[in-house]
Amino acid sequence: MASTLISEDMRNEVGRELARMVSYPVSASDIRKWALAVYYPEQPPERFWDEQAAADSQWGTIVAPEDFNPFAWLTAVPRGVRGQDGVRDPDRTEHALGIAGPGLKFQLNGGVSVAYGAPIRPGDVITSVERLAGYTEREGRLGLMLFTVYESTWTNQRDEFVKRTRLTLIRY
Amino acid sequence: MDVAIGHELPPFSRETGFAVWNRYAAVNDEFVPIHMDDEVGRAAGMPGAFGMGNLQLAYLHNVVRDWLGDNGRIVSLECQFRKVNDKGQTVTARGRVVRVDGRHVDLEVWTEDQDGNQLAPGRCSVLLQS
Repeated sequence: MASTLISEDMRNEVGRELARMVSYPVSASDIRKWALAVYYPEQPPERFWDEQAAADSQWGTIVAPEDFNPFAWLTAVPRGVRGQDGVRDPDRTEHALGIAGPGLKFQLNGGVSVAYGAPIRPGDVITSVERLAGYTEREGRLGLMLFTVYESTWTNQRDEFVKRTRLTLIRY
Repeated sequence: MDVAIGHELPPFSRETGFAVWNRYAAVNDEFVPIHMDDEVGRAAGMPGAFGMGNLQLAYLHNVVRDWLGDNGRIVSLECQFRKVNDKGQTVTARGRVVRVDGRHVDLEVWTEDQDGNQLAPGRCSVLLQS
């Protein structure tokens, strides 16, 4: 077994911008469907689907659940349907950077840390900039495991900070 | 609203399996084989297909949001995915107030299975309305 999964090439890429995406304008329907899915089978709070309930809330309008993702399925930039095949390649990060990956077979979401700013409202256009924040590794139950941290920063069309997510991908 | 240290939030529970996972996959474009196919889940070392970490994260937001109502907003939330969410589990998201500093309140949050095993432990900070 390799003594390290983190090559010199990989170390040199830490801090690099990996992706920049722009969403289509968020619709009230996108927000309703998200709320339905995360509260299923019970009814989501009315403020996610009823204009009057939203108007009476602290937000004054419909706002998306904090965990809402405006980039699913289709993005305005890059234009078109987001490719799904590459997502299943555990080395997609390194391949996108033009370097060799560690060649591990499996990947899991290890954890997330999110900080919130402005809420997402219908009509908002969200921009996401994702960076490779770092690599670490340690021995685990399933062998030597690689931890990759991705940091995504979202802003809206008024350039207001929306959220920053640090996601740890575990590969083994 | 009770914001005393030690206060436990009303829990948020869901029976988990393809009925909730597929709906989440539909809105998050997350039709990943480990969440859809028992054989692929077993090949990855798990008992079968298992639920999305992002859905656990959503349930943690739900338990805090439902407790907060119109009295404040979520400032940050973090969790680790320690155990996978297996098919048929009843997952309960819970929270407990651990620190109160004026309008800033910190919570310990976690999801657990029906036997009380933690799946996704974490922390959340909220800001109460002035």
